Amino acid sequence: MSKKITIEPVTRVEGHGKVTIKLDDLGRVTESRLHIVEFRGFERFVQGRPYWEAPVLVQRLCGICPVSHHLAAAKALDVIVGAGTGEGLTVTGEKVRRLMHYGQFFQSHVLHFFHLSSPDFLFGIDAAPELRNIIAVAQENKDLAYQGIMMRKYGQEVIAATAGKKVHGTGAIPGGVNKNLTLAERDNLLKGPDPMSADKMVEWSLGALDFFKHYHKNNQQMVDNYASFPSNHLSLVRKDGALDIYHGVLRAVDNEGRRILNDVDYQDYNNYIEEEVRNWTYMKFPYLKEYGREKGWYRVGPLARLNVCDFIPTPLAQKEFEEFKAYTKGKPNGMSLHYHWARLIEVLHSAEVMRDLLNDPDLQGNDLVVKGARQGEGVGVIEAPRGTLFHHYKVDDNDLITMANLIVSTTNNNEPMNRAVNATAKAFMNGKQEITEPMMNAVEVAIRAYDPCLSCATHALGQMPLEVTLMNEQDEIIDQKIKG
Amino acid sequence: MNREKKVLIYGYGNPGRKDDGMGIKITEMIEEWKNAHDLDQIDIDSNYQLNVEDAEKVSQYNIVIFVDASQEADLTNFRLAEVEPNNQKVEFTMHAVSPAYIVHLCQELFHKKPEAKLLSIKGYRWDFEEGISDSALLNMERAFIFLQCQLQNMLNIEFSEIKCN
Repeated sequence: MSKKITIEPVTRVEGHGKVTIKLDDLGRVTESRLHIVEFRGFERFVQGRPYWEAPVLVQRLCGICPVSHHLAAAKALDVIVGAGTGEGLTVTGEKVRRLMHYGQFFQSHVLHFFHLSSPDFLFGIDAAPELRNIIAVAQENKDLAYQGIMMRKYGQEVIAATAGKKVHGTGAIPGGVNKNLTLAERDNLLKGPDPMSADKMVEWSLGALDFFKHYHKNNQQMVDNYASFPSNHLSLVRKDGALDIYHGVLRAVDNEGRRILNDVDYQDYNNYIEEEVRNWTYMKFPYLKEYGREKGWYRVGPLARLNVCDFIPTPLAQKEFEEFKAYTKGKPNGMSLHYHWARLIEVLHSAEVMRDLLNDPDLQGNDLVVKGARQGEGVGVIEAPRGTLFHHYKVDDNDLITMANLIVSTTNNNEPMNRAVNATAKAFMNGKQEITEPMMNAVEVAIRAYDPCLSCATHALGQMPLEVTLMNEQDEIIDQKIKG
Repeated sequence: MNREKKVLIYGYGNPGRKDDGMGIKITEMIEEWKNAHDLDQIDIDSNYQLNVEDAEKVSQYNIVIFVDASQEADLTNFRLAEVEPNNQKVEFTMHAVSPAYIVHLCQELFHKKPEAKLLSIKGYRWDFEEGISDSALLNMERAFIFLQCQLQNMLNIEFSEIKCN
């Protein structure tokens, strides 16, 4: 009898998701899908509100990357207040925002690697569930767990210093920022107290990279073949081709590295990107219009960014980037677990950028805000930790938001995550009659590589168990397991 | 007054989701009270959710009181309960973790075991909207007075305007 397996929800993935895997009569995987129950209506939540409230309001989308939403909204509103598209801000305004963003990037990537993924690397994907958490990591490798926590804390302190506070930061405002970085704040982040210094963050970032590379060396075949498939890749890049997570132009490359979207202005994103709706999931499937639904889908996030950019503008990360690129002989890398490698190179890059910025006296400048001719519409795009994030607003003559459109990173990665689930299901579940915990985790490992984040705003709405449902081809439940 | 003990009141939740904002709101109320009476042994913190790095934060205190909104069906208005360290009861995601997990991690990595409690306040509405519902507001106000009384006992202080019985 044909079977359909449902894994619901996906643990260690923000929000609510479930996986269904259909098996034919011989137990072969015929189809796999990742279903995401996404919050609906958030765009309507900001409609009718004064535009200047948006950078604070949108942080309620997510407790994990609120700064990304804060800055993407602020960038869109820069256009509306006539401050230009990312290049019109004052030097201090732009650099304070950059410091905020790299701090957020650093802490988000660190949380993902040390606390969500390192258990898989330390204990293996078939380890007992009780081992797959940071406490087990702490017992096995105390330094790793400790460094992860302190790096995360460091990134949070950068955010608090630049955004004003941890919850509902207000640092970025339309046209600039509302505060600079004081000398006391700078010294606290730059020099200590031990171990909370910028130099230590760079040192520990290098250590995390070594940890991954050591694991990769010893598990090369598994890491390289796990949910590996070719794709297009999309991200922002600086105009000279450098990795830039705060501002740039949109570029996409195909699986051979040919440019299929050539450094276009993101104000025109609607001309290049379309979103497809499928009837079995709420989450849309974006693709490049010119290439259509079948050939135009793309990856975003750390792997895509390193596939798209030409170089990294900090020396230590550039050295690692060269090694990363050499591994695939300069071609785009389609190995899903190499997201972790790319992510850790970005951790190092973020640590270097933060250190450079903290040594830059422009952060203590007092010229904070720019305004110009008022516009009715603006688009802000930023590279959030999980990938490219689009915010688009229209504002009426009364300064009220009349339209908001958001394409979040996880939506951009919808198609590749589905493909990763399918590849993993075929590798681990073909011919199996029973679903085991390691098999379920194998699917989750593939999804986790993309670090999907739907929203943490659900946290008070109760715990969600992991539910596994076995169904036949007629969608009749023949078995069901719940864990958690 | 016991000035040796350091107390952390840590509220968490999303103020943009109705009653989920009670955890943060109550910390604001405590902060106002603390400032009015110069209670410098009480510290306040708040966030959308608890995160692993909070293990380091709580390691600096003798007493930690977490405050969160709750949708537990059998909770009448509010409840203060001891938090026992636990590495098993991890929330659905690892991005957000439970108070028990934080205290356990604190012990494992920082070798400290603060006296930890969780003040759960019953909420009713969780939609995308600011402001706390009227029913939850009543629970929160009672919980606030209760928390003030607890802090008075813990710190051996007394303010005549607070009626604890």
